[in-house]
Amino acid sequence: MSARERILARIGMALGDRDAEIDPYLAAHPRGPAPAIQDNLITLFKERALKLSSDVIDVASTAEIPARVAHYLQERQLPTRGVCWPAVGGLPWNAASLEITVRCANGHDMVGITGTFCAIAETGTLMMLSGPETPASNSLLPETHVAILNTQRIVASMEDAWDLLRAEHPLPPRAINFISGPSRTADIEQTVTLGAHGPYRVLVILVTDPD
Amino acid sequence: MQVSSIHFKRSVTQKLNDAKLQNALSRLQTRFVEGRAAVIGEIGDFEETRTAAAAIRDRVLGNLDQWLLRFEQQAKARGAIVHWAESDADVNRIVTEIAVQHNVRKVAKSKSMVTEECGLNEALEAAGIEVMETDLGEYILQLAHEAPSHIVAPVVHKNKEDIADLFAEKHNRPRNTDITELCREAREILRPAFLAADMGISGANFLIAETGSALIVTNEGNGRLVTTLPRVHVAITGIEKVVPTLEDVTTLLRLLPRSATGQSITNYVSVLTGTKEAGDQDGPEHFHIILVDNGRSTLLGGDMQSMLRCIRCGACMNHCPVYQNIGGHAYGWVYPGPMGSILTPTFVGLENAPDLPNASTLCGACGVVCPVKIPLPDLLRKLREKQMDRGLKSWQEKTVLKLWGWLARRPDTYALVTKIAVRILRYSGGKDRLLHHLPTATAWTAGRDLPAPHGKTFRELYRQRKLS
Repeated sequence: MSARERILARIGMALGDRDAEIDPYLAAHPRGPAPAIQDNLITLFKERALKLSSDVIDVASTAEIPARVAHYLQERQLPTRGVCWPAVGGLPWNAASLEITVRCANGHDMVGITGTFCAIAETGTLMMLSGPETPASNSLLPETHVAILNTQRIVASMEDAWDLLRAEHPLPPRAINFISGPSRTADIEQTVTLGAHGPYRVLVILVTDPD
Repeated sequence: MQVSSIHFKRSVTQKLNDAKLQNALSRLQTRFVEGRAAVIGEIGDFEETRTAAAAIRDRVLGNLDQWLLRFEQQAKARGAIVHWAESDADVNRIVTEIAVQHNVRKVAKSKSMVTEECGLNEALEAAGIEVMETDLGEYILQLAHEAPSHIVAPVVHKNKEDIADLFAEKHNRPRNTDITELCREAREILRPAFLAADMGISGANFLIAETGSALIVTNEGNGRLVTTLPRVHVAITGIEKVVPTLEDVTTLLRLLPRSATGQSITNYVSVLTGTKEAGDQDGPEHFHIILVDNGRSTLLGGDMQSMLRCIRCGACMNHCPVYQNIGGHAYGWVYPGPMGSILTPTFVGLENAPDLPNASTLCGACGVVCPVKIPLPDLLRKLREKQMDRGLKSWQEKTVLKLWGWLARRPDTYALVTKIAVRILRYSGGKDRLLHHLPTATAWTAGRDLPAPHGKTFRELYRQRKLS
């Protein structure tokens, strides 16, 4: 008998006879209790994101993005060279004197620019799906992560985000990453320090452009 | 990991006299206890969410074999390889085999308490494989050759000066006591380790049966790095960690970080399903999931089953007056605090941890804060009963209880004995009516006086009142 069989046999023996039907529950996937959200989702998302030490910039159209990112980086005297996802590679980065390459980030890239699958107002969280066009490394390895988010993609809760995922993707991708601000640690004397192993800062560009 | 719970009492004395430790433990109070209190109101009805979370965990445990099989089926469908391990030795053997099979020389590891149970690092190192802990706290402990003293904040027992000394010695860099600088130094040392690792090892906070995914919560980002960069990823977790659906895991996520660190959500929540897909530029080519029993299945179907609801938040230890005073090392194994006082004797044997079920005042705080409503004080009491049944109590305790039992069944003798006893005690109390020394409780009276009885038993007073 294998370890698998022995473990399953022990569990079966301990639990005894029972109605072991699990499919109806999976099909129903009921929601648990969730906080009622009355506020405007965009306002709430911003408020929560700022509380988690993300930076948030509003823009009216995608055309504005490169200049605003350039300003953000220059203001903080940060490197202006970085990488981005293909979906945002077409923006006029060069015109804003940024040097942005479309590729997957490596350990030396300082700025990573990505889109966002959707965002959750309840906690101010970004939801990212990995894929050939959306490598997870770009939101992870660089010291600055810039996430472009359309305000129409802000949902109330994580449950709403799962519904959106199920509606748009038959199967979950290899990695779903929920990001809530820059990486942090409180391991030394329980003192919160931003920038542990992931980004030191997360800039969310909120685009109200209906396109 | 070696079990040293048998030395609990000796260890406690030492910990209580360790001023540095006492100072360090007070920080948990401010950050975790007050932090939790500040955020539990955010989700409306916290109690309702706790009840729902307990129900989710019970649903799984009541049908654990079915949920595990569904998880396995879904994970396999996405290209993950699922292993089952009965014991710590099984885990170490399986991981070593995976490493050998994939020509792994360097491993980057994120925090996993299950691998602490197994002593996995030592096993891999014995096989000639280099292992680097990457959670900042665990990395510090690896450098210092120490065990974690808290399941969420493993290095809570050290202060920044200790860490500065350690880094200066091991990193060969100038000593620095600024916390931000210490964190940056660790980042600079560890970044190349992430990039060079052939294999990443992580735990999993939950396994999702619906999708066959492993879910990991982290703040530092090391959990993401070890599951994204190396070509092999091995996730190791207990069989009880399975949860039916994405909705269910969401309910649990509203409680886990709030109960653990007072955060509304951890910085990262990663849901990992299968291997690198066609066209993907990052992600592991091989994904192994190890389902670990190591004693867990023996809790099923018995009076300790509710302990398997545990989601390892650490709230019970943060709120425990015993943990708050002695820290985690005194408990002598991987899991400290009330949850450890139940898990350790159940996993390693009651005879190897006789003091742990008694290392509680039964004040009830742990049961009140537990996000999945584990009746921790009740379970501790049940373990004490088991100790009595199995004759694992000291002869003094057994004698006292036997004597008391004999007396309690003879009301008249009881009345007489107590009548005499209170009078002797009143006399011994002297003018200030305080007992400075009591032969049977010297440890108690060493630190404080025992107020002496006033001279009459309750029954005498009761009769007097009734008559008057």
